[in-house]
Parts: sequence; C-alpha cells; structure tokens
Amino acid sequence: MKYIDEFRDGDVARRIAERLRAEADPARNYSFMEFCGGHTHAISRYGVSELLPPNVRMIHGPGCPVCVLPIGRVDMAIKLALEHGVIVCTYGDTMRVPASDSLSLVRAKARGGDIRMVYSAADALTVARDNPEREVVFFAIGFETTTPPTALAILHAQREGLKNFSVLCCHVLTPSAITHILESPEVREYGTVPIDGFVGPAHVSIVIGSAPYEHFAEEYRKPVVIAGFEPLDVMQAILMLVRQVNEGRTEVENEFTRAVDRDGNLGAQARVSEVFELRPTFEWRGLGEVPYSALKIRPAFAEFDAERRFDVGYRPVADNKACECGAILRGVKKPTDCKIFGTVCTPENPVGSCMVSSEGACAAHYAYGRFKDIPVKVTA
Amino acid sequence: MNARDDSRGSTVRKGYVRPLDIRHGRIDMGHGAGGRAAAQLIEEIFLAAFDNPWLRQGNDGASFAIPAGHRMVMATDAHVISPLFFPGGDIGCLSVHGTVNDVAMMGARPLYLAASFILEEGFPLAELQRIVQSMAAAAREAGVPVVTGDTKVVEQGKGDGVFISTTGVGVVPHGVDVSGANARAGDVVLLSGTMGDHGVAVLSQRESLEFETTITSDTAALHTLVAAMLDASSAIRVLRDPTRGGLATTLNEIARQSGVGMLLDEAAIPVLPEVDAACELLGLDPLYVANEGKLVAVVPPDAADAVLAAMRAHPHGANAARIGIVSEDPHHFVQMNTRFGGRRVVDWLSGEQLPRIC
Repeated sequence: MKYIDEFRDGDVARRIAERLRAEADPARNYSFMEFCGGHTHAISRYGVSELLPPNVRMIHGPGCPVCVLPIGRVDMAIKLALEHGVIVCTYGDTMRVPASDSLSLVRAKARGGDIRMVYSAADALTVARDNPEREVVFFAIGFETTTPPTALAILHAQREGLKNFSVLCCHVLTPSAITHILESPEVREYGTVPIDGFVGPAHVSIVIGSAPYEHFAEEYRKPVVIAGFEPLDVMQAILMLVRQVNEGRTEVENEFTRAVDRDGNLGAQARVSEVFELRPTFEWRGLGEVPYSALKIRPAFAEFDAERRFDVGYRPVADNKACECGAILRGVKKPTDCKIFGTVCTPENPVGSCMVSSEGACAAHYAYGRFKDIPVKVTA
Repeated sequence: MNARDDSRGSTVRKGYVRPLDIRHGRIDMGHGAGGRAAAQLIEEIFLAAFDNPWLRQGNDGASFAIPAGHRMVMATDAHVISPLFFPGGDIGCLSVHGTVNDVAMMGARPLYLAASFILEEGFPLAELQRIVQSMAAAAREAGVPVVTGDTKVVEQGKGDGVFISTTGVGVVPHGVDVSGANARAGDVVLLSGTMGDHGVAVLSQRESLEFETTITSDTAALHTLVAAMLDASSAIRVLRDPTRGGLATTLNEIARQSGVGMLLDEAAIPVLPEVDAACELLGLDPLYVANEGKLVAVVPPDAADAVLAAMRAHPHGANAARIGIVSEDPHHFVQMNTRFGGRRVVDWLSGEQLPRIC
C-alpha cells in the first residue's frame, strides 16, 4: 500500500532502533507516555517495544476514547434504548464497554434495545432520516478527532429541520487530560510515575494543531513529540524524545509534519466552537472528575441535546473494586499488575474498560504482548 | 426433496398445474405447508436444478453404497450470509463449497450432499431460483451431487431471505490420518493463498458500508486441491479452511487441539494489496477476516516441499506459501514475527471484529 508500507518498513525500523541504542544513555532510564490509544495499538501490534533499548520504557496513557468513558455515561445510553425506546447509534468499540447490572450496549441490544453500530455521525443522521417516526440518539464519544463530525451532524440536522435526532455528547479534550496527569500526585509529588516526555497525539493534533502542547513543554518542562500512528512514526518520535532529554530541551516537536501544523484545522475548530461549549467538569474513568475536560452542546442547539430532551440524569457509578483501570490509565500500574488481568477480565468478558478496545492498554497487552510474561520455548 | 414424480401420478400433474410464476412470484406460507404448492416449488426449482437419480426417486432420504473398509466423514454447515449475493458468489455456491471443504479438510473425498432451506415468506422466486441454480452448478462442478433435502418456510420477519444448511459425507483414503490434533513441534505450516478476500468482498456490499472494489470472494471447493496434496504426501497432519475468524482463529484452534504453539512470519502471509487497503480503511486485520476457498496445512518438515509444490501446481493453490512453524508451547500461543521486526501474539478473535474509531 502506497503511503502506508513506507511507514511500516522493517529495515528503517532496525536503523532507528540502532540509533536509539547508540544514543540512549545507559546510565539513565527514559519513561515516555504515549497519550493516544492509537499509539498503544501500534506499539503492541507491530512489536515496537521489542525494538527499544531496555532502559526506554513506554507508559500507556489515557487516550483511548472508550477506555475513559465512565460507567454512568454508558448507563445513560442503555437507559435511552431500553426505557425510552429510542434508536441509539454509536461507534463499534463503544458497544462492548461494561456498564451497570452486567450490561453493555451489546447486551442491552440482546434484551431488545434498538442499538446500532455506525461508522460515522453522518450514518446516525441517515438513520434518523430513515426513521422519522422514531427518536434517534447518537451516543457521541471520542477526543477532538471525532468531535467535528458530531458538530457537523448537529448543524446538518438543524438545517434540515430534523425533529427526531439528538446527541448524547461525551466528547472529551486531550490537553486537559494531559494537564491532569501532570498535576497528579504520582507525577508531581511522589515521582512514582516518572514521565520524561510525551508522544503527542496524531489525529487529535490534526484538528487542534501543535500549539496547545506548548504550554506543557514550558510549564511542566516536558518534551512533546507529535507522532503519526504508524510504527515508524512512533519509533522516530521516541528517538526525538531521547535526543531532547539528552540535550536538556523541552520543546514541542512535530514528527507528523505530513498532517499536522501549528494551528490545526481552523474550519473544524470553528464548527466545534459553534456547536459546543466547555463543561465545568466531567468524570473520566480512571482519572475521576477533571475540570474543563469535556464538551456539551450549546443552549442554541438544545433541541439536539439528548440530555435535555430525555429524562436521563447522570449518576456516577464506581468501577469494580478489583479493577485497576484507573491506575493503569494514569500510568501508575501496568496491566499485569492487576489481579484480574487475563483471569476474570478478558476481552470476551471485560470487567474494566481498558480490556474493551484494542487501543486499551490491557486489551493490547492481552492480544499482542502477553507471551512476554511467560518464557516460551520455540523450536526452530 | 420429497418430490413426487408426476409420471407415477401423485400430487403434481403437469397438465393440470399452472407453472410457477418465477419472474414475479414470491414464497408464501403455502410453499412450506407440504401440499401441492410445496411439491410444485420442489419440482420446478429444486429438482429442475439439482436433477440426479437419487432425488428423482422422490424418497425422504437418499440411499447409496459406500466403498467397503473405508472410514467415512460427515460434516455439516449452516449458511446465513448477508447479503445473499456478493462479488464472486452467492449463498448457493457458498453452501456447497463450505460443506465440501469441511469434508475435504478431514482428508476425505466428498461424495454426497444434503441440503435444507429455510425460506422467508415473501422471498422472490426469481432470487431463489438463481441461488438454487448457482448451488447446483457448484455441486456439478465439484462432482458432489445434492441427493436429499428439505424446505421450510417461516413468516416474514423471522428469517433473512434464505438460510441454507448443507451436510456432506465422504470417504477417507487408506493411509490418510488428518486431524486438528495431529500437529507436532517442528512441523511446517503451509497456506494455500491470499487471506481475507471473501470477508472484504462481502463487507463491500453491506448496507451503510458499500464501497467500490474489484475484490471478489474466493469461494471455491478445495477437495481436488486436497487430493493433489495427499498424492504428494499422505503424511499431511492437519488440514483446515480458515473461514469465520480467519487464519488467526484457525491456527489458534489447531494449536489448542494439538497442544502446541506456532511461530508465523508475517512477511510470508499472502494478502492482496486491495484487501490490505480495504482492511486498513475499515480498521480490520486480514488475519481475522473470513476466507471460503483457502486452506491451512500442517505437514512434517520432510514433506513440506513436496506438498507446497503440489499446492502451487493447482489452480486453487497458485499463491501457496510456507508461513510458519509449529513450536513446543504449553500455553498454545500463536506468535508472529512482524514485518516490522518485532514479535507479537496472534490471538483468538474476540467478539465480532469491530472497526476501530480513531
């Protein structure tokens, strides 16, 4: 595949790996957080960590949209489907996120809820057009990448005068989540989570640009390298981070120049701010309440806001006690530190949200990396 | 088929019966009631297409002789595909290929098929005829006749057009012992061709996902390929067609059944560039996408070259490749050296393969 294979070339990967081994100072450890689930997935699927020197460690961050979705929000969507009889449309991975009462959207569907998987917000609009006698709610999740399409869907619905379409908005913001991690006691006070720098988001940065990260580099003295989601992007970004650390620099660098510039997509940003405004606070799974970290629909578009249209109040629900997703999402623990990883909690029966999406730290380790936990003899 | 031959004068008399209006007609509940309408449907659509001496006898089952002293194989497969027609095939030929292949993957030579149809009220007769004719053509091409069958009709909304269940029987040649439990450490894993063609071809036709592609399903009967491979070496240990769940799932099944592990080489696994691109776009992994005309073989190392050569000499194995080895592994992991230079687990498919969102 043109423009894909070039970024998955094994020979180039080996050359970058050699540079990393040559440049990483054996006298110190490097810990970098890849914020995005897309990076977590690439690292696991292509075996990137196998190619890193032992003193370069990647910490999986909370940038997996379904992983940070709190139980209470999924409960709202399930309630809409089962009690209000609406058609709930949502993205694939959201379907399996565990909710209260051993339910998930997939299981609610099996109980008769009309829940449909869509590939885009525009598909949800089509469902609304095709079912004028039914209420259709788009359960909108994701970071800045999926927010502009939701904004467009609402703008289209308004223009068409669609009366049966609304959005359960759960869109969250990347910069506030990074700030929250940097402000956490584990990072700031105890130093239990040593973060020497960030592999910055790929698709999110296409929308918001590289400027929003300048604050972290300056204020928190942490280098940020924005990287694409291909494995060579990640390797190159790690090399750039090692160089910044070695040289004592804390800058925002952009490895993903083929798609990201400083300002981002101004058109998309304008649509988003036309339709959405900041929520004063929002609960994230794992991170808890994070101030100004999510979006809600502006009053001017109230008729498209499912939270205003239906009586489904948000009720916070605690995670399963044994589940370590919270600590894993903050980088405090690794999937294998969790007692129920791979025993009670598996991709077939996820207890925590990190086991749901292939971008989740637990699912990625379970699916691609768990052989590393157990030495295996391969006769060749 | 319960078809009563009108020459022996029972329910259907040609002279008194108005032929089915295949162009405009639809299945109604009467076609499943066992009366004249059912008999007419069987005769004009099913019998007309499948015509063979066993069906013509008009019994509720088929009776046939089997070669003495041979082990027999029986396999069954239900087909519920949506859409019913897809690039490169339809549910009809698929239902023949699926079961012929299940029999062949036991190392057997398929002999006869049985077919059950569950039809939804309202289904157009023209489409039914097209499906049945495609099925009959596939059976003829494979040389495996449909010798008995059944049809039922369910009310509208209780089916999805047509469901077809087929059962096949076959005989295993002497000296052949093929089973998913036979793989041993040191064996070689062979693959007959490109991965993911069928699944992507079907997905490309799904409502809400329609995209233009030149990819066609690989649906095909593989028993002649199997025969050629067994001619090259009867020491073949495992044969399996990587259908639902794709190659990854099939290899995990074999690893568990045989109590072994596997180590694959990603660069050696053939995938068409179009399929690769479509999977990239949809967030799918070709190793988990269904195939309907491919097989995996596990063979002892000294037989690998001969079997691979036999595969490549057959039209259904032109792109055959050696993709990995069987390892000793109490955890039964299927591992893969990635093209990128790392190593990872190739796990069971979990749930449905859902597209990733960002």
